[in-house]
Order: sequence, then structure tokens, then C-alpha cells
Amino acid sequence: MTWVNAVIQGMLQGGIYALIACGLSLAFGVMRVVNLAHGDLAVCGAYLALVVSTGLGVPVWYTLPLVLPAAFAAGMALQVLLLRRALRGGDFATVLVTFGLSVMIENLLQVGATANDRVLNTGAIGIASVRLGSQITLPWLFVAAFLTACGVLGGLQLLLSLTSWGRKVRAIADDVDTARLVGVRVGPVFATVAGFAVATAALAGIFIGAIGNFNPLTGTSTLIFAFEAVVIGGLGSLWGTLAGGIALGVTQVVVGEINQAYAVLAVHLLFLLVLAVRPAGLFAGGQPARAAQVLG
Amino acid sequence: MTAALLEISGLDVFYGDFQALFGVGLRVQRGQALALVGANGAGKTTLLRTIAGAISPARGTVRYDGDDITAAAPHRRIRRGIAIVPEGRRLFPSLTVEENILVGAAAAASGAWPLDRIYEVFPLIARRRRHRASQLSGGEQQAVAIARALAAAPSLLLLDEISLGLAPRVVSELYQTLAGLRESGATLVIVEQDLQRALGACDDVVCLLEGRVALAAAASVGRDAVVAAYFGNRGDKIP
Repeated sequence: MTWVNAVIQGMLQGGIYALIACGLSLAFGVMRVVNLAHGDLAVCGAYLALVVSTGLGVPVWYTLPLVLPAAFAAGMALQVLLLRRALRGGDFATVLVTFGLSVMIENLLQVGATANDRVLNTGAIGIASVRLGSQITLPWLFVAAFLTACGVLGGLQLLLSLTSWGRKVRAIADDVDTARLVGVRVGPVFATVAGFAVATAALAGIFIGAIGNFNPLTGTSTLIFAFEAVVIGGLGSLWGTLAGGIALGVTQVVVGEINQAYAVLAVHLLFLLVLAVRPAGLFAGGQPARAAQVLG
Repeated sequence: MTAALLEISGLDVFYGDFQALFGVGLRVQRGQALALVGANGAGKTTLLRTIAGAISPARGTVRYDGDDITAAAPHRRIRRGIAIVPEGRRLFPSLTVEENILVGAAAAASGAWPLDRIYEVFPLIARRRRHRASQLSGGEQQAVAIARALAAAPSLLLLDEISLGLAPRVVSELYQTLAGLRESGATLVIVEQDLQRALGACDDVVCLLEGRVALAAAASVGRDAVVAAYFGNRGDKIP
């Protein structure tokens, strides 16, 4: 029963990885931007929630109506003011620019918020858990994170499948030049995609800060896990990202049951194994299917 | 002379240091069909993409319905009524037939063609509206590419090599559809390698040779005159 518990907890942990990774996957699938500052943007979300939550004296969940729109707006601004220019310089330029942004955010956070570990006020849900039988205990926070990840991915899929915006996003993911030629205004679509990417990162950052401690450098390790989830699932594939996150989470928790010292190492080895055996990811098809993969 | 729907003058277009068009000019009257012919690399596609707004010219002007649209973005040109069927169809492969058409319709200012009207013109694709574009035959894909452009309710339709790689029967059907569009008042600029078909379907012909206008005449000028311009009066034969 301990193993069943470990697998379930690993799946729930994978939900958080998927939540942080889905914005990364969306940005790459549509805009071809590998955002090295994605983890730091998630941490910025956690810090903003911390400031608002502390200022108002309420659990962090009450800050979501403020933090998420702010993160969405920040993502749009990031695209319009920075990434749009970087994209004109080619793929490598965006990597350099987002790496610089990552360094800048980490240093600014250290100056503004010190390097101390922080924890978010999660209220009653932070210590609540649900028991399934005598040996399976699931922390509500992890369950909430997993359900939120599924909700976010499902919501994004519905948006992409059923709306005019979604059609344009998928058309751009297929062929940005032709999309522009047939009248799609690529700039506004890119801006909203960046908005969703940063908003989902901020949401993931809040869960990361709610479940454990965080500091200005948490973004780097977060980014690594997000990348691994995206690559394991298949670049640009939302549902693949969820599967990749779950694979990482289950590996981490199950190996941790055997020996905690090897848990993180096992995650990275799994990543390397997938890269070696199936470099395009477990759920990737051919190039023509790339936009379909964005849909999952 | 009446005001032209499309008037291009002195167009110079570069790809980096390479100049693709040299002072190209042409006029297209409303309701007219113009055949744009020339050998591979003559600049036909470059000219069409410049009219559509995908390429910015270094010099020269593009006037549409009396207004200078040289600097206008593609989506603004589509709102004005210019739509393109690009070379190689360039459908969005992961979108369904209907979604491809709706992407084209989204750019229209108003009065986009309803899907029913499009399916009336192309009953072939109506049956496959839920299929992904990548699952269609070449002829079906070309029909969808034309339908995607028509969805924006264009006054001027730019068609780039629509017969390329298609069976003659399919090409004939597509040209019958274009004839129907002309009867309804559409203005067409057709890039076509098949000279006979181009001259038969159009009122006027412009032949490009190495980025320059080598011939601008009525289509009735005849195949021999166009062939001479096509090869720079070297007297070669078209393969």
C-alpha cells in the first residue's frame, strides 16, 4: 500500500510540474520562444501573492483575482516590449534575452526581498489532508494543485479548440508566415499567448510557494523540472506536458521511497533516457501535427 | 482611361542584396482578369506577395481603389478586399477544412462569405469540412486554399500557381470556378505556368523576365508574342 500511496502522491506532484510547464510548452509551440525566465516569472508570481496576502492579512488564495490578471498583463507587456524585438533576431536571440531576464529577476528579487526562504499563508487547506483507506493520505494542497493543472490544461484546450482566438493560435503554430498572409494579426495573438504563459506560471509559483519554501533562486530549479516535463511529453504538446509532469513526479516520489538521496537524480536520468530513446518526446508526432499537439 | 482597381508603379523589391523586381508597374481594371506569366525566378510570386503585403518594396507604390497601400499590413489589405491563394496552397495542416476557411474569414472587415455560400461554390469540400487539411488530396487542398481566400469576400483575388501538381481534370474544374467568380464581378490576378490556360482565362497578360516587365498586352496578343517575351525574344521553345 505504501507504493500505491507513493505513486498517487507522485502523480499529484506531477500536476504541479505540468502546471509550471504548460506555459513553457504553449510559448514554444506557438511563438517558438524558449523562455529561460519562465521559472523566475513563476517565483515573481509567488512573491506578488506573498506581498498582497501579507498586506491584506488573508490566505494566498484570496490574492488570485489580483495576481493572475496582473501576471497576464505582465506576460503581454513582456511580449510586446521585449520578446517581439528578440524574435526578430532569431531563435537564439530569444534564448539570450530570456536568460538575461532570468538573471535580472533573480538579482532584483534578492535585492528587494533578500535571499531568505519564504512561505505563503495557505490557511486551513495547507494542513488538511484526505485519507483513502488506512494507508493512503493525500494532502489537499497537492490534490488542489493537480486538479488546477487539469483544469488549466482542459480550459486551454477548450479555448484552442472552440474559439476564433484558438483557431488563430493553431494556425500560427502551423505556419506563422501564411497566417499573417491570410490576415491573422500575429502580434496580438502572441501577446495573449504570452499572457496565458506567464499567468499559468504565476499560478504554479503560488502552488510551489504554498507547498514548500521559496526564495529568489527557486526559479532555476523550477525551470529545470518544467523543461524536463515539456521534453518528456513532447515539445509543444499540452497533454504531453501533463503526462511528462506525472512521469517526473511519480519517478521522484517512488525513488524517494527507496532512497531520498536518489530522488532528484532519478528524475534527471529519466529525462536523459527519454532524450536518448525518443528525442521528440513521448507524445510527439511529425511536424505537421505540431499545432495539433499544442491542443493535446 | 478609368481608374484602375490595382495600380502598381516603379516597384523595386530586394531579398537582402539580391534584387528580385526592377521598376515593375501594371494596372488591373475592376472586373478584369490579368495573367501574370514568366519563367521560374522571373519574380511572379514576389510581385503577388508584395501586392498582398507580405513583402515591403524598397521603392515604388501599390495603389488599390485609388489609395496608396504600399505600407499597409496584410490584414489591412484583406479588409480592403485583397486576398491571396499562395503558391503551394499553404493550408494549416492541423486545422480542419472548415477551420481553415474560418481563419480566412476572420480577417474580413464585414460581409465575409458565409460557409454555405462557400460550400455551394465548392461542393467537393463541403463533404470533407470536418477533415484535417493534411488529409485531403491536392485538388481538394487547392479548393480549400481558394475557399479560404474567398471567405474574406475579396474584390481582388491573387492566385499563385493554382494548377501546380494537379490533374488536368481538377485544374479545369478550378478554372470553371474562377470563371464563375469573374461573372460575379471578381477581379483576378492569376500567376500560371500553363500559358494556353492563362491566356484563355484572362483579359490581359503581363510577362515578367528576370524581374522586369517584358510584355504587357491584351491576352489576344497571342501565344507566340508571349513566348517571345517569356524567353527575352531568344526564340526558344517552351518545354
